[in-house]
Amino acid sequence: MREIYLDNNATTKVDERVFEEMRPYFCELYGNPSSMHFFGGQVQKKVDEARARVASLLGALPDEIVFTACGTESDNAAIRSALEVFPEKRHIITSRVEHPAVLTQCRNLTKRGYRVTELNVDGNGQLDLNELERALDDDTAIVSLMYANNETGVIFPIEEAARIVKKKGAIFHTDAVQAVGKIPLNMAESAIDMLSLSGHKLHAPKGVGVLFVRRGTPFRPLLVGGHQERGRRAGTENTASIIAMGKACQLAEQYMAEEAGRVREMRDRLERELTALIPNTRINGGGTDRLPNTLSIAMEFVEGEGILLLLSEKGICASSGSACTSGSLEPSHVLRAMGVPFTCAHGSIRFSLSRFTTDDDIDAVIKELPPIIIRLREMSPFGREYLVQK
Amino acid sequence: MWDYTDKVKEHFLNPRNVGEITDADAVGEVGSLACGDALKLFIKLDENKERIVDAKFQTFGCGSAIASSSALTEMVKGKTLDEALEITNQQIADFLGGLPEEKMHCSVMGQEALEAAIAKYRGVEAPAHGHGHDHVESEGELVCKCFGLTDVFLKKVIASNKLHTAEQVTHFTKAGGACGGCIPKIKELIAEVMGEEKKAAAEKPSKLTNLRKMQLIQETLENEVRPQLWADGGDLELIDIDGSTVQVAFRKACAGCASSGYTAKFVEQKLRELVSPDITVQEVQG
Repeated sequence: MREIYLDNNATTKVDERVFEEMRPYFCELYGNPSSMHFFGGQVQKKVDEARARVASLLGALPDEIVFTACGTESDNAAIRSALEVFPEKRHIITSRVEHPAVLTQCRNLTKRGYRVTELNVDGNGQLDLNELERALDDDTAIVSLMYANNETGVIFPIEEAARIVKKKGAIFHTDAVQAVGKIPLNMAESAIDMLSLSGHKLHAPKGVGVLFVRRGTPFRPLLVGGHQERGRRAGTENTASIIAMGKACQLAEQYMAEEAGRVREMRDRLERELTALIPNTRINGGGTDRLPNTLSIAMEFVEGEGILLLLSEKGICASSGSACTSGSLEPSHVLRAMGVPFTCAHGSIRFSLSRFTTDDDIDAVIKELPPIIIRLREMSPFGREYLVQK
Repeated sequence: MWDYTDKVKEHFLNPRNVGEITDADAVGEVGSLACGDALKLFIKLDENKERIVDAKFQTFGCGSAIASSSALTEMVKGKTLDEALEITNQQIADFLGGLPEEKMHCSVMGQEALEAAIAKYRGVEAPAHGHGHDHVESEGELVCKCFGLTDVFLKKVIASNKLHTAEQVTHFTKAGGACGGCIPKIKELIAEVMGEEKKAAAEKPSKLTNLRKMQLIQETLENEVRPQLWADGGDLELIDIDGSTVQVAFRKACAGCASSGYTAKFVEQKLRELVSPDITVQEVQG
């Protein structure tokens, strides 16, 4: 069965060009970039090139790029660093819809005496910057807000938020794992202090991430040991993956504008057709800025796991904000924070596209999903009541 | 992805007996849209109103909820009402070749709907389930406010499935799975159920053979004592049992802890209460 992969916010295919770039650095060019000999030195050059490529995509300087092992490590490192830099400050601000990489850490820190403010979002999943302004005080060490939400694709007004935060003297960090490579970012004209990204969300392999740390931002490393990454992240470099990350960022920079347009058209068509074909749906975050590749659609009277299993039977890979798929018993914290009505919170499905998505993939979903929803609604005691009413 | 058995997948993809019975003799409903799963079960009896000749269901829920409903309708057909009432949630899970523990609440929902239908047909008080916000008025004290579950219902599920951690109770009933506010109360209920069982077992002390006594000591340490020590970062190991003398060695945070004498007393108290009043506990280095 051909897979129709529409779960790119979970992970992406490694681009063949990226794989070709990293391939020699396993069995042939396996030197340690820190070594004094030519064999390590040639790898050092490629790592430097990768750093420059990542920096170029972000509009940053190469020495502002710290390679890590994943987005989660970058998020952890950023928050821990800020707390060490300001040991007297005991307040953290984040939002209710963050990725667990940020939210779990913040919640754990409350047990160690930190005060954590989780900003609310409105029905569209959007922030209220006035609430951020009110929450800031002299005790605030760091504000960490995601650039774009992984479940809904909602884009926060991060630049404005960063400017508000900088006025108060706190460090501003953003988890931009879902945004990088999908929408343009320019750190040269930004107030952001630190920014996290992850390789496997932009067609590089799993196991490599980046933390952008603006020049002049005080920083304390999470991992200590060797002098790698200018002392900001000890541990021998994951050279092949770093080189892959560089290539992935170069491809993103070259093709982002064209790809985003094409992906957005496909996403919009999927959204239009599904809402026309399936009654009683709503688009989560539909009333605000969203990533071009993400569609989170909530369907009343059905439960997400059943939908995913039936889609999977047709080769279609998507994801859900429903409780049952994650092993928790409540709909996702993002949908709850948005106040998605309980009649459809359990029936939310996320389709996330990439540069490899084709019109045929979109056609397949448009063909297969509506009968699945009819089938599950007919099986549901509530769906039937609703259909009878109609 | 859940590790569903082939039988669960098969019943989910091709559910048996989906639909309504318009002239059903009994209808049982549990769950709600807010809870994330719900089941409406229809039962049709034969002319003499003895045996179940047909059963159908409507389910809102995940794959295993639909498979459990399908299994239930297959299992009850041909049974008398009394025979049907004998079906346990474990039997529903077994029929499907097992369910992931996190999904056991789906089988409990099936059993609840069956009980509700039969109780309604017989005109008796609804049984002590509490699943779903529609049933908060049923017997017992409300424990889990998020999913509307009563102490009577939870104790029944704890006892019949021999559950001994709050996490298991969440997997089987959903209780405590949302805000988590009732988890301390769930732990109390587990202790209560275990206490009642131990009391029932202790009523015939003459039958406490040496073998059984050793088993009981081990079970009590595993289920009652060690989880409490874990909560404080400690642990203990059973070294030996000599008659009524139980030798334990403290581990992790308990090892060398200034209050280990107090902890030893706590262990002794538990063993005296739940196994035999003549037990003494000795701390040894092992």
